[in-house]
Amino acid sequence: MTDFALGRTSAKAPPRESTAWDRLMVNRNWLGFWFMVPAAGFLIFFLAYPLGLGVWMSFTDTRIGRAGVFIGLENYQWLADDSIFWLSVFNTILYTTVASIIKFAVGLYLAILLNEHLPFKAIIRAAVLIPFIVPTVLSALAFWWIFDSQFSIISWSLKQMGLIDHNIDFLGNANNARATVIFANIWRGIPFVAITLLAGLQTVSPSLYEAATIDGANRWQMFRSITLPLLTPIIAVVMTFSVLFTFTDFQLIWAMTRGGPVNATHLMATLSYQRAIISGFLGEGAAISTAMIPFLLAAIMVSWFGLQRRKWQQGEAND
Amino acid sequence: MTDIASNGVKSTMQGSSQASDHSEGMNYLQSIPKRVVSLYIPLGIIVTVLLFPFYWMALTAIKPDDQLLDMDKVSPFWTTAPTLKHISKLLFESNYPLWLWNTMFVAVVATVLSIIASVLAAYAIVRLRYKGAQWVGGAIFLAYLVPPSILFIPLATVVFQYGLFNTPYALILTYPTILIPFSTWLLMGYFKTIPYELEECALIDGASRWQILIQIVLPLAVPGLISAFIFCFTLCWNEFIYALTFLQSVDKKTVPVAIVNEFVDGDIYRWGSLMAGALLGSLPLVILYAFFVEHYVSAMTGAVKE
Repeated sequence: MTDFALGRTSAKAPPRESTAWDRLMVNRNWLGFWFMVPAAGFLIFFLAYPLGLGVWMSFTDTRIGRAGVFIGLENYQWLADDSIFWLSVFNTILYTTVASIIKFAVGLYLAILLNEHLPFKAIIRAAVLIPFIVPTVLSALAFWWIFDSQFSIISWSLKQMGLIDHNIDFLGNANNARATVIFANIWRGIPFVAITLLAGLQTVSPSLYEAATIDGANRWQMFRSITLPLLTPIIAVVMTFSVLFTFTDFQLIWAMTRGGPVNATHLMATLSYQRAIISGFLGEGAAISTAMIPFLLAAIMVSWFGLQRRKWQQGEAND
Repeated sequence: MTDIASNGVKSTMQGSSQASDHSEGMNYLQSIPKRVVSLYIPLGIIVTVLLFPFYWMALTAIKPDDQLLDMDKVSPFWTTAPTLKHISKLLFESNYPLWLWNTMFVAVVATVLSIIASVLAAYAIVRLRYKGAQWVGGAIFLAYLVPPSILFIPLATVVFQYGLFNTPYALILTYPTILIPFSTWLLMGYFKTIPYELEECALIDGASRWQILIQIVLPLAVPGLISAFIFCFTLCWNEFIYALTFLQSVDKKTVPVAIVNEFVDGDIYRWGSLMAGALLGSLPLVILYAFFVEHYVSAMTGAVKE
């Protein structure tokens, strides 16, 4: 009996020693490492490293064609006394706040409208997304033409209706220019908000509305007590993205006004481009970019709390 | 086996996108005039405002110059003498075809690189679950939130140091930093929907991880791959600030940068060719979009829902 068993084991080839190479190719952690290499390479060399470098550059006096030396907080002190910088901060906050609120309101309204039973629903939904697909710069040029000082179609229409008697100077006057770029930003952002919120609305069970109708709720009550609470988590995420991309907007402003008239529409991103690339003061431009980071962190925190709340709603954690 | 599973995955995805008309059951509660006021009119206004700039862009591109500037003879809302002059001038007398080619080249190469890197990363995070995979997933989400407008200044010096300045490779290598976080996040969601049992079967049959990825996971994730691909392609085509900063010579530029920098001069007759350029630059994306609407929507909402 024992012999038989021994004979059988010795007849089989002894298992091969697992070599270091085997461990590298089969071990879960090593395999994970190999799979991560391409993505990590890109993100480390072209994202994490420049991010750190940008913060470092903001403490130096680097210019184009000349490596900088460490000058401490001098760039920031300089910016603190610079009225154009503060104007750009004001513009950025104004632009982000106004555009985000209106984008959210109109986007949610549009999502609710699109959630109704409609003829040609698929086509309408596809058409709504087109502003999001078309490159921002190109639609900004269309707006530039629509809001031209001499040949604006809006001025022309209002004149025909007899509401005004001379052309509106949309992009030449400081407040008009602000309103115009904010409008263009809203126009561009609504599709994203509307379509993502629509996706959220579609997950709300219709039986809730039926139950509420039986209980005698009106449309506003249904919206207030069913739609809004169930959508809150997705709203948090969508608005985080919206705020983030509005806050760091560059291309729309650059294509329409380049920060003008008299810096009235300069955002922090456009000002940093102008200072760093056009004037060549890379250090100062980097300081303006770095000054945007605290705001971005605040937006990310909001998103994080939004996601937490969603988990709580799904019962994954104790309340 | 594979077919059944992929159909299953597809049908659940279609199911979620088609389970939409929730209000249908209660429509009878609203009268038709009320629906017109509360639904069709507001929707009509919003859709008109959203689409008007494209109508205007297209109309300007085919209007003759005299009608562009004289708005009183012919109503500016249409044209009596459409002309292809602006478009042909653009295609045959300017560098526009070259710019289109540059944009296309950069967008395709950057997208392919990013998708390859993202597939590997997403698979490793979701299915290999190596030590710390969750943290890496979170870090990738954070990378998604880092906007290009705070990176372009240091990146410009990096690109210069690596000797990539004013070459298409500057864009091909930097665009993936925008695309990889997004597409990894999206593909992680798709990979999670693929049944784990399929992989276990393959492992027992002696397949390596690489074979599992190529022969089992990827064929099932095709809808996700298409979504990621066209969305990344759109982002590349759309990108402006890196292309503006890293490219200098006229023949290297991409369409958005070239139109803003080369067409915007003092000429009062520039509007026709400017709008023709904007129109032609948007068309490839709109055509792509028309074929893959559902993929676009799932890419957009997928990144948010996860």
